[in-house]
Amino acid sequence: MSELFIHLFTVILDTVYDVLPIVGIIFGFQILIIRKPVPNLRKVIIGFFYVLIGLAFFLVGLEKALFPLGELMAQQLTDPSFIYGAGKVTEVIAWQDYKWVYLFAITIGLSTAIAEPSLLAVAIKANEVSAGVIGITGLRVAVAIGVAVGLGLGTFRIVMGMPLHYFIITGYFIVIIQTFYAPKMIIALAYDLGGVTTSTVTVPLVTALGLGLASTIPGRSATLDGFGLIAFACLCPIISVMAYAQLSEWRGRRNNSEEYSIHKK
Amino acid sequence: MFPLWQSTRDLLPIIIVIAFFQLVVLQKPIPNMGQLFVGTVLVVLGLSLFVKGLEIGLFPIGESMAYAFARKGSVFWLIAFAFLLGFGTTIAEPALIAVANKAAEVAAVGGVIPNNESSRESYASGLRLTVAFSVGLAIVIGVLRIIKGWPIHYLIIGGYMGVIFMTLFAPIEIIGIAYDSGGVTTSTITVPLVTALGVGLASSIKGRNPMLDGFGLIAFASLTPIIFVMVYGMLI
Repeated sequence: MSELFIHLFTVILDTVYDVLPIVGIIFGFQILIIRKPVPNLRKVIIGFFYVLIGLAFFLVGLEKALFPLGELMAQQLTDPSFIYGAGKVTEVIAWQDYKWVYLFAITIGLSTAIAEPSLLAVAIKANEVSAGVIGITGLRVAVAIGVAVGLGLGTFRIVMGMPLHYFIITGYFIVIIQTFYAPKMIIALAYDLGGVTTSTVTVPLVTALGLGLASTIPGRSATLDGFGLIAFACLCPIISVMAYAQLSEWRGRRNNSEEYSIHKK
Repeated sequence: MFPLWQSTRDLLPIIIVIAFFQLVVLQKPIPNMGQLFVGTVLVVLGLSLFVKGLEIGLFPIGESMAYAFARKGSVFWLIAFAFLLGFGTTIAEPALIAVANKAAEVAAVGGVIPNNESSRESYASGLRLTVAFSVGLAIVIGVLRIIKGWPIHYLIIGGYMGVIFMTLFAPIEIIGIAYDSGGVTTSTITVPLVTALGVGLASSIKGRNPMLDGFGLIAFASLTPIIFVMVYGMLI
């Protein structure tokens, strides 16, 4: 138990160290340039304190509980002796052999995106700014579906050894086309959500999965093919969030036009 | 307070996924149940505290600074603040440090740089500076966009074109790292601050709509590093 407290304490110190430049910039500008007292200074300081302690707890908890198991799992699932049975050697790989890996990537993407604190922060803000039109849970689920699809595709790519940039460039084209048809209010938010989905929870698990895959499949190199999963997990939520908005708009329009036709009668 | 059960609900899917794969697919017992339980409790507590801190600390300070800059009317200081916020929060980002070290390894193995510690280190720190600079620049562009009311999609599509163009010329080893670096730059503390800054600016400048114009800063911050890392890969 005392070991846990020492660990917790060092992580809090690390978090403080990460936050120091931000605090320095904020208070530096507040004192030298803005030259006005911070409104509710006491509350803001307490808030920073909560954020620090909260993040440290969150990280230590993940390190204690989920990461070791998740990373071990990623290694075991990509291990050839699990996929082909012990002792067998294969030269030719079929994409179907890795079905559990895809399922793991998809479900872990879905579940880690839901628990991602920075996604929650943006969802809370979007809900507030849109006066409740954008639901916190709806948005997070839409993003999580995007991350899941992205990681599924990303692991498939590593297994097949296809070039990353074909997928990413295709994704960009889909985003560009959607931009012209999606409701205007969602566009900037959707672009943002690509960047926030992958942080504290998702990155370590996904990295273990990518490196595990790339280092065990014959003909893949960990350094060349192990990267790129994060890129998929950033791109696909943009598409899924715009699709979610398009779908809700389309359903809203259809309901309205039905009401309208009833009125006409 | 953000109810504890809500944090528990957020965490539940991960626990179910891991339990399913461990028990059903890999057919192994779950090790260290006690540690798992303590860890889960810490995660739930941490998430609840974090959200509480967001609401009383990070969101209000981000917004109040945006209002103060808008009232002061000094674009120069706002730009300086935006750059420093982007640069300062990225340079120390642990995820970026990890990716930069990995990238140095790749470059050394690929023969781009001599394979010894000092050249790997200088490669990694050069990469970190490049990414931090590009995030600072991204926040500056994003803030200028909010002030001027430029439509976001032209800038983003332009950025995508930049990425595609650079992909054609960048060395193949750097492409995966470059694409990934876009996702790792924005940390859990930067995101709420930058979002609050953007929304605050858009709601305090006449003619801007916080929903249409307030978001988008993070989007730039995840796009510019991709381009700049590829440039870095070409120059070194």
